[in-house]
Amino acid sequence: MADTSKNPATNGNGGGPVTFLEAIKQAMFEEMQRDPAVVVIGEDVGVYGGAFKTSEGLLEKFGWERVIDTPISESAIIGAACGMSYLGLRPICEMQFIDFIVCAFNQLTNFVAKGHYLWNAPAPIVVRGPSGGGVHGGPFHSANPEMYFVHTPGLKVIYPSTPYDAKGLLKAAVRDNNPVLFFEHKYLYRRIKEELPTEDYTVPIGKAAVRREGKHLTILSYAAMMYNSLEAAEALAKEGIEIEVIDLRTLLPLDEETILKSVKKTNRVLVVHEDTKTGGIAGEIAAILCEKAFGDLDGPVFRVTALDTPVPYSPPLEQHFLPNTQKIIAAAKELARY
Amino acid sequence: MKKDLTRQQHLDLYYYMRLNRAVEDMMVKLFRQNKIVGGLYSSLGQEAISVGTAFALEKKDWLAPMIRNIGALLVKGVPPRDIFTQHMAKYTSPTLGKDGTSHFGDLDKLHIVSPISMLGDLIPVMTGVAMAGRYLGQKIVAMTWIGDGGSSTGVFHEGLNLAATQKAPFVLILENNGWAYSTPVRRQVPLENLADRAKAYGIASYIVDGNDVADVYSTAKEAVDRARAGEGPILIEAKTFRRMGHAQHDPAEYVPKEMREYWEKRDPILLHEKFLTEKKLLDAKTKKEIETKIDALLSKDRDFAENSPMPPPELAEKGVYCTGDDCHKIRAKWERPIAEVTPPKSSVDASWVVEGFGRGKGSGGGTAPIHFGDTPAAAEQKENEDKMAPATPAKTVTKKAPGKPSKSTKSAKPVARPAARKARR
Repeated sequence: MADTSKNPATNGNGGGPVTFLEAIKQAMFEEMQRDPAVVVIGEDVGVYGGAFKTSEGLLEKFGWERVIDTPISESAIIGAACGMSYLGLRPICEMQFIDFIVCAFNQLTNFVAKGHYLWNAPAPIVVRGPSGGGVHGGPFHSANPEMYFVHTPGLKVIYPSTPYDAKGLLKAAVRDNNPVLFFEHKYLYRRIKEELPTEDYTVPIGKAAVRREGKHLTILSYAAMMYNSLEAAEALAKEGIEIEVIDLRTLLPLDEETILKSVKKTNRVLVVHEDTKTGGIAGEIAAILCEKAFGDLDGPVFRVTALDTPVPYSPPLEQHFLPNTQKIIAAAKELARY
Repeated sequence: MKKDLTRQQHLDLYYYMRLNRAVEDMMVKLFRQNKIVGGLYSSLGQEAISVGTAFALEKKDWLAPMIRNIGALLVKGVPPRDIFTQHMAKYTSPTLGKDGTSHFGDLDKLHIVSPISMLGDLIPVMTGVAMAGRYLGQKIVAMTWIGDGGSSTGVFHEGLNLAATQKAPFVLILENNGWAYSTPVRRQVPLENLADRAKAYGIASYIVDGNDVADVYSTAKEAVDRARAGEGPILIEAKTFRRMGHAQHDPAEYVPKEMREYWEKRDPILLHEKFLTEKKLLDAKTKKEIETKIDALLSKDRDFAENSPMPPPELAEKGVYCTGDDCHKIRAKWERPIAEVTPPKSSVDASWVVEGFGRGKGSGGGTAPIHFGDTPAAAEQKENEDKMAPATPAKTVTKKAPGKPSKSTKSAKPVARPAARKARR
């Protein structure tokens, strides 16, 4: 693993492949470098560099006014960021774990999200943090709370799966005039690496990516489950089932166009997410397909998701709770029979 | 303190209090005529607080009103017609009919942040406004209000505590009007003076007679000056009384009659008028001029509001998102050299200094320990897990530990796929 942390200015250029975590750090660094209106605010983001080291080196470079260690006050972090944005700043708020974003639920859903609609006040803030399970974080350090916010008009919700997307989408989020929630699956932080472009780039918000082309069925997924989905697709290709795998990347606004286009081709849809089943995005996608592509479907929309329980702590329990490749393969095989 | 004010300042305070009351009186009439489609909240008897505090702000300063701070909006420059159209849900209102009451703002000209109904949320928001103003070198002060009831919310604490740790140029007016809807203050807070809450944050505070407008102004002015000078946030408790119910529908029979009578005698407008008359600062002619001016303004603005159209229904669909520069050009107004906050000038020694001990630094490096994430996943711990929970059905566990990329597969297999690479751009 290339140690690029000593020089956070490293742009991926010549440094070799970088981790997801490093990609996040690069995005923040480069945005702060590019625009003095960008500040970082959160718990332990300064001297400590963040519980996951995503803001390491920022304080050293940009100083106390731009990298702000706060008390343990999620509502105050997001409220203050909102106030800062009214004067033209573009704060990036870190939730130490995304689980804690619900502590600021009111501030986000009532204050931040409604401002532009109600009184023409855009709040260009980013709220980002580590999410997801598979690392024995237990019920309060493993959440996937994206759907609370996908249900909130006025927010944008991003959940990338690759270092390239993480960097490009985080930069796009900082430059967006709307409040953007940015979920980073902590399982991916140091498990995947990718070579990144040397030049500045963004990835458009609201656009899904076709990760693998196929003609028999479509898997829609995002974040860590992308990899299980791809693994399942590889396995089933050997059995002659060609699966198209789409990475949603942005959950709000959802890229309906890419989804519908794929369904027209494959006529079968399996949605895979690590979020729990009831009220997960799979249900919303199923409803969209019923409304807009019913005639294209050869079978029901299937879901492979986590169980409708809190995230349990003990490894056998957590493993049972989480979706996995085997579950995806089983569902895909059944769906392919239609 | 009263003698510090000029005659014109005294008369301005009087004018705005009269205007505040006249606007609200007119809205009571409109409400009774069913022309106000939602609720109507009164600040009768509390006008000295809204007017006196907002009067201490400069044009560049920022404020965020609460529901009973129409007086503050008027002082800041909001025309009465905006208040009428808001309450009447008209298309000509600042929110085009999307919200009512004092729920509107103006980021560009008047520097007003809109409130929401959830109490206390404005405190961290205005702390952020104050922090941003300081960061940009604008030398502004941010002000908002909270009631005795709202001072019990969690976000009151979070916001004021953050403001205190940041020494933000922020002034919080705590209007203690004795009642949170139907619950008396004694039942909400076990304190004689709510200003004592400031001690918990290590910030300065004042207690002021909320029905004495000149005192309110002088105190607020001192607080605003101190905040602007960098002394940190300041809390002012203004003691007053809510003479109407929580809103128009509420007869407020839970309030003892004697209490109401006591405070009616302490009407802030009557008190100030008495003071002005005694000091010969206000004569009958000037008073008449003020009344005529207010009458003319309000009947004109009321007519405008009444004759305004309701919004087109399709408007409900619009404006959830900012569409970009065509919608809002968001640009910070720098009043200090940007070089001060950009490298190399912004660079600091990233360490904590603990007085009497020394320095401590963060841990770093590409392999620095992180909170979770480097821990092996459940699938990666299969062997261990089999020992721990032999009852787990073996069929849910696969041999190759499929699933998320494990450490052994971290050579970015998935992302290296040509299809993936092509598609993402």
